[in-house]
Amino acid sequence: MTSDRATGEAAGEQDTSRQPDVDPGRAAPATEPLITETRIAGQLRSRTPALAGLAVLIAVFALFPLVFTNPTVTTIAVVTLIFVAVASAWNLFSGFSGYLSLGHAVFYGTGAYFLVVAAKDWNLNGTAVFWLLPLAGAVAALLAVPLGLVALRVRRHTFVVITIAFFFIAQLSASNLTVTGGSSGLLAPVPNWAPATYNNPFYYVGLLLAVAAVALSVLIRRSRFGLQLRAIRDDEDRAAGLGVRAMPVKLGALVLSAFITGMAGGLWVYFIGQAVPQFVFDPLFDLAVVLMAFFGGLGTIAGPVLGALILEPTQQYLYLQQSNGYESEILFGALFLVVILFLPRGVLPTAGEWLTPARLGRLRAAWPGRRADRIAQPVQRSKPPAAGSTS
Amino acid sequence: MASEISQAIAAGILGGGVYALMAAGLTLIFGVLDIINVAQGIFVVLGAYLSYVLSVHLHLDLLLGLLITVPAMFVIGLVVYWLFIRPLRGAERTSMTLLACFAVALIIEGVLYREFGSGYVSLNAWYTTASVHLFDFYLADIYLIGFGLAVVAIVALYLILYRTTFGRAVRATMQNQVAARLIGIDVTRVSALTFAIGTAVTAIGGMVYGAISGGFTPNSGYDLISRLLAIVILAGMGSIGGALATAVLMTTVEALVDIWQPDWAVAVFYLAMVIILTVRPAGLFGRRAVRAQ
Repeated sequence: MTSDRATGEAAGEQDTSRQPDVDPGRAAPATEPLITETRIAGQLRSRTPALAGLAVLIAVFALFPLVFTNPTVTTIAVVTLIFVAVASAWNLFSGFSGYLSLGHAVFYGTGAYFLVVAAKDWNLNGTAVFWLLPLAGAVAALLAVPLGLVALRVRRHTFVVITIAFFFIAQLSASNLTVTGGSSGLLAPVPNWAPATYNNPFYYVGLLLAVAAVALSVLIRRSRFGLQLRAIRDDEDRAAGLGVRAMPVKLGALVLSAFITGMAGGLWVYFIGQAVPQFVFDPLFDLAVVLMAFFGGLGTIAGPVLGALILEPTQQYLYLQQSNGYESEILFGALFLVVILFLPRGVLPTAGEWLTPARLGRLRAAWPGRRADRIAQPVQRSKPPAAGSTS
Repeated sequence: MASEISQAIAAGILGGGVYALMAAGLTLIFGVLDIINVAQGIFVVLGAYLSYVLSVHLHLDLLLGLLITVPAMFVIGLVVYWLFIRPLRGAERTSMTLLACFAVALIIEGVLYREFGSGYVSLNAWYTTASVHLFDFYLADIYLIGFGLAVVAIVALYLILYRTTFGRAVRATMQNQVAARLIGIDVTRVSALTFAIGTAVTAIGGMVYGAISGGFTPNSGYDLISRLLAIVILAGMGSIGGALATAVLMTTVEALVDIWQPDWAVAVFYLAMVIILTVRPAGLFGRRAVRAQ
């Protein structure tokens, strides 16, 4: 939410585009006053605490593996950071553009297989393998160009279904091609690091990747490119009419997203040590990433990060608790339904909606006016909090 | 070789009938509700497991079992619609409903794993092993029975859609939901029944699929849904006739490719889809905008 406000301050004309972020179209009657008062609310808050908070957060993440040395904990942490990167990357394409991709596992898997094959062919091991990650990302990004050129010609449902089809083609290819080792898969190189701190290099590379993904999202969101993406999400035809060259913009976002996803896939496969088709191209992966973004808040910066930080450890924990996979599958599906039915716009926007009245209470003391009540009432479908909404 | 090819064509066409039925259900749901029911694949598998339970534990004939499984799947469809699809409204409805269906599919898959494990099971009756001699090859009776069932179900679907008041309401809703509402059609009721009918056909599809596929697991849903989605996208979303023709065409082509390249036969579906969509984004039989939004 902080970055939302910052965007709003940075350029006045972005305020209108911020609106659909909350809910496209529905809040139309309240547009004018809402803009003004949102801006005031934004200006009342200083940016320094947010930056300090960010610095503390990064410091906490950097110190985490030094404090918690239990291998089980750090293993979960590494996978979680990888998912933070992937969820952010998915969000910077799907969340910003509105084109829901259920085929990001294609890029993840491409990066993973590239890393394993390249490390084997070039005889790399240890930290040298990490230098392959940008290459793995580049290969995935390269693959995104033809896929995007085909898939981005269609919208809505058809786009989603095509991404699913690409996913199945990729899975089928991986289990039948010789370069991927067929259905038995390939083994990644095993670095000879000390067992006690074995996870740490993966952790820090994962942290770097996650920070890079979030930073890229912030940059895109604040840029003209990000505005164009969100214009496409709101109304592609109108955006095109206003001069947005939709195809290059969409494709650009997909390529950037695939780049990060491919790097994450490479890191993941190096970490777990083997590439097997049904795990590298896993339908649950696609769904997990989408759930993380939806859970936190689609199209926001912090949403996918929060979603990954909450859901991935939960899933890993459940997985470790139960020897069978189906329990976690049922729980995962149920959680997904709960999020969709009760928090359709994600935790962050909903929480923001609930917090707004409280914040506005303070605001209204300094700024008396009837209009403040209108903002206090959530315009959306989600239920207003039981107490304190308008009193 | 010649007999292999003619056998592949016969099996493709007859097996395609079942896919046509399942795809018709999927595209009907899309046309009326504007959602992609990605749970259709697991519904088929669920239908197959229901038939399996009835035939193994109650020793009920597979065809007689349909009298129970079809209404059961109808009710399951109603429940899923009422609990998870109906509450979803608003701008993000498209993606939300798709994800909700995916979540339902996951839960059903998990429950099936829990109840039946991950081993292959298959449906057996005297007509799954007996075969008829056609020209120069043998074909299991179940292919003919399955095709017959699919034809009967499709004709029934056609009659419901084109010869009843309810069918008229369904078609009106497909054309323009707002206008349908304005002339007094209860769109929620139409949607609920359409979803239930689209789900009910998977009971028949599941029974035939379970008998001709030679074995299925809870995981088979992914294979099914990817084929079904390819069929409805290829045909053009919302075109029922197109879905029937495309289903038969694609299963036949797959059966033919299977003779030379068994590993890659499924890829035919996806490749055809990608190629067609680059040339004709609306699909083979689709209009530019299936439904004016």
